[in-house]
Amino acid sequence: MIPLSWFLILSAALFSIGLFGVLSRKNAVAILLGIELMLNAVNINLVSFWRYGDVSQMAGQVFAIIVFAVAASEVAVGLALVISVYRRRNTVIADELDLMKW
Amino acid sequence: MTTETLIWLIPLPPVLAFFLIVLFTNRNKALSHTVAVGAAFLSWLGAMIVFGNSIFKPDLGKAPFASSLNWIPTADTWLKIGVQVDPLSAVVLFFVAWTVLMIFLYSVGYHNYGQPAGDHDHPGLPPHGATDEHGHAVPSIEPMYSRFFAFISLFAFGMFTLVLSDNLLTLFAGWEIMGLCSYLLIGFWYGKESARNAAVKAFMTTRVGDVFMLLGIAFLYSATGSLSYRDIFQPQVLHALASVPTPIFGLSAAGLIGLLLFIGTVGKSAQFPLHVWLPDAMEGPTPVSAMIHAATMVSAGVYMVIRMFPLISLDPKTMTIIAIIGTFTAIFAATIAVAQNDIKRVLAYSTISQLGFMIAALGVGAYAAAAFHLVTHAFFKALLFLGSGSVIHGMEHGVLHTGDHSVDPQNMFNMGGLRRKMPITFWTFLIGGFALSGFPLLTAGFWSKDEILADAFSNGHLIVFITLAVAAFLTAFYTMRQITLTFLGEPRTKEAEHAHETSWTMTAPLVILAGFAISAGWVGIPQDFLGLHLNPSWFHEFVGSTLAAMPEATPFSWVAFGTSLLVALGGLFFGWLVYRNVAAPEQDKLQIPLLKNKYYFDEIYNFLLIKPSYWFAETFVYQWVDKGLIDGILHFFGKAANVIGSVVRKYIDLWFINQTVGDGTAHITQWVGKNLRPIQSGRIQQYMLVSLIVLLAIAGLLYYLLVIV
Repeated sequence: MIPLSWFLILSAALFSIGLFGVLSRKNAVAILLGIELMLNAVNINLVSFWRYGDVSQMAGQVFAIIVFAVAASEVAVGLALVISVYRRRNTVIADELDLMKW
Repeated sequence: MTTETLIWLIPLPPVLAFFLIVLFTNRNKALSHTVAVGAAFLSWLGAMIVFGNSIFKPDLGKAPFASSLNWIPTADTWLKIGVQVDPLSAVVLFFVAWTVLMIFLYSVGYHNYGQPAGDHDHPGLPPHGATDEHGHAVPSIEPMYSRFFAFISLFAFGMFTLVLSDNLLTLFAGWEIMGLCSYLLIGFWYGKESARNAAVKAFMTTRVGDVFMLLGIAFLYSATGSLSYRDIFQPQVLHALASVPTPIFGLSAAGLIGLLLFIGTVGKSAQFPLHVWLPDAMEGPTPVSAMIHAATMVSAGVYMVIRMFPLISLDPKTMTIIAIIGTFTAIFAATIAVAQNDIKRVLAYSTISQLGFMIAALGVGAYAAAAFHLVTHAFFKALLFLGSGSVIHGMEHGVLHTGDHSVDPQNMFNMGGLRRKMPITFWTFLIGGFALSGFPLLTAGFWSKDEILADAFSNGHLIVFITLAVAAFLTAFYTMRQITLTFLGEPRTKEAEHAHETSWTMTAPLVILAGFAISAGWVGIPQDFLGLHLNPSWFHEFVGSTLAAMPEATPFSWVAFGTSLLVALGGLFFGWLVYRNVAAPEQDKLQIPLLKNKYYFDEIYNFLLIKPSYWFAETFVYQWVDKGLIDGILHFFGKAANVIGSVVRKYIDLWFINQTVGDGTAHITQWVGKNLRPIQSGRIQQYMLVSLIVLLAIAGLLYYLLVIV
């Protein structure tokens, strides 16, 4: 059987790629993509800990499903915001969206 | 109702009238005078019933009508308020009730009730006349009619309280109420500066006497523990008072108390040297002059001395002082009266002089004679004042008719021949004048003045007797001068030609008072008059019974009688002789500047007392003490506080609080904010990067702390 650490390394790698995407990409849509990668890295973690722990406990799987749901709604809301912002400001570059700065 | 209850009620109607008028009826002139005269009538009625009961009560002197209530609690006893009618207060009550009622009635006419409101009248000034529907100038009604009746009602309350009081404390209260009313009524026409000054002068001058009187009352209270007459006049109390010496002038306690009380009388009854206010008080309306400054208030001073006679007579030194002051005042005021041209001022000085007679009589121990003259004088002097008011009124009518307001309607040299224009006033004034002069046998003044002279003579006070005789001569002289100038001869001005008899409300009191000016003397005809054996003098018997020991009736003396006869008739004759032919603009032939200017007393007092007082008040107290010293100290404190304040502000408030604490906090906050500002770039990725770094840092730290260490 493949050791647990492999899954965790995969998960960490995926998380880091996602994080790198979030921090480095300028496009808001790409940032959302990065966030999705990070969420899925979390899901891999949850599922692997469930598989290698007490299988009769369903918490890991349930958490993973909740994360899916949250990620789906987050993407829906996030994309709606991006579209809305694009309509108003004609850009989706994150650096230019500095409304939060006083 | 018992007599005692009735006595309690006598002073009440006037004081109720005062409050009624002041609070409710002051806008309605008719109602105001109805209330006031009605109240005076009720008091009069009560007084007459009480007087009647007093006459027919045997032994009233020993057992007077009296009742008292506890009033003010002191440590272990009570100051009492009470009433008492003994023979002396009964006769005083009699003339007070009569004169008060007459003068109230007279005031209705005097203030032109029933005439239209004036064209240019102002409250606080005498009415100047109005124009009626036919275009004639007619007298106008007094603008402050109700106010006048309110004040005289309050005055009447004070007088009744004083007379009916059974102790010195309520007597003093009545005394002061009258002083206040006197002030208010002298200054009734407060628009005139002379009236204002006269009011202040009267108030201040009598105040001098009142302070001493209060001292006397306080001394008496501390010495005896009571102010009630009945307690004080106990023989053992009097004996104790007479035997206690005091450090002042070697007087006994009784003598000193008597002297202090007498100084109160000197102020109230305008005796030398506090006489200066009374002539000036003539600025007030004439009914006021008649009531307050002739018949009642100034008599109250004499009444008080007569009342305290048992105490005062204990010390011969005090009696001597009283005799000297009375005698001197009598002659001194009479000489001034000779040179006055104002009809009311003559009467004012005459009043001072006659009060001097009473005081002198008391000083020589003529108790009943003083009381007798007090009663007769009240009647005929009220009559004369009211008569003079009627004359002035008639003359004002003439002035309104001619329209020449430069003519003084009070100057006797502008009059003459008024007997035909004003017959009632003339005849009543003549009766009053003759009574004042002591016209033999007929008039009241003769009997009372004769009794004073006889007493002075038979008691061996020759100097007093001679001085009073001369004063009586002068009295007759200036009275006849006044009558001659006013009523006899021909009119000297157009105004006098157009003078007019006054209304019935003014003449009716004159007629009634004239009746008293004659008949009041009959009750005091001496027993062995002219060597006849008549009934004993009722007045002497009645009033004399007030004292513990009935005073001896004065034996008849041809010298005293002859003198009295001679001075009265001689004075009247010379008065007529000198002034019978005064022509139109002619002035007095007997012009003596010293007398004309009243011995310069006003000037002397001005120089000796008023100027120094003003200097003391204005220069010393105000300029030096107040502005210099007090203000200086205050300014010093002000400056010092200012300096301390500046220092505190500069070094504590401005520097420490504002700059260091206040601004410093703000600066630090600002600096921190400025330096923290770059991390708030608004860029989401930068925030996340920072979050990541911090997260890694915390994770590293936790790892270090939890795992490695």
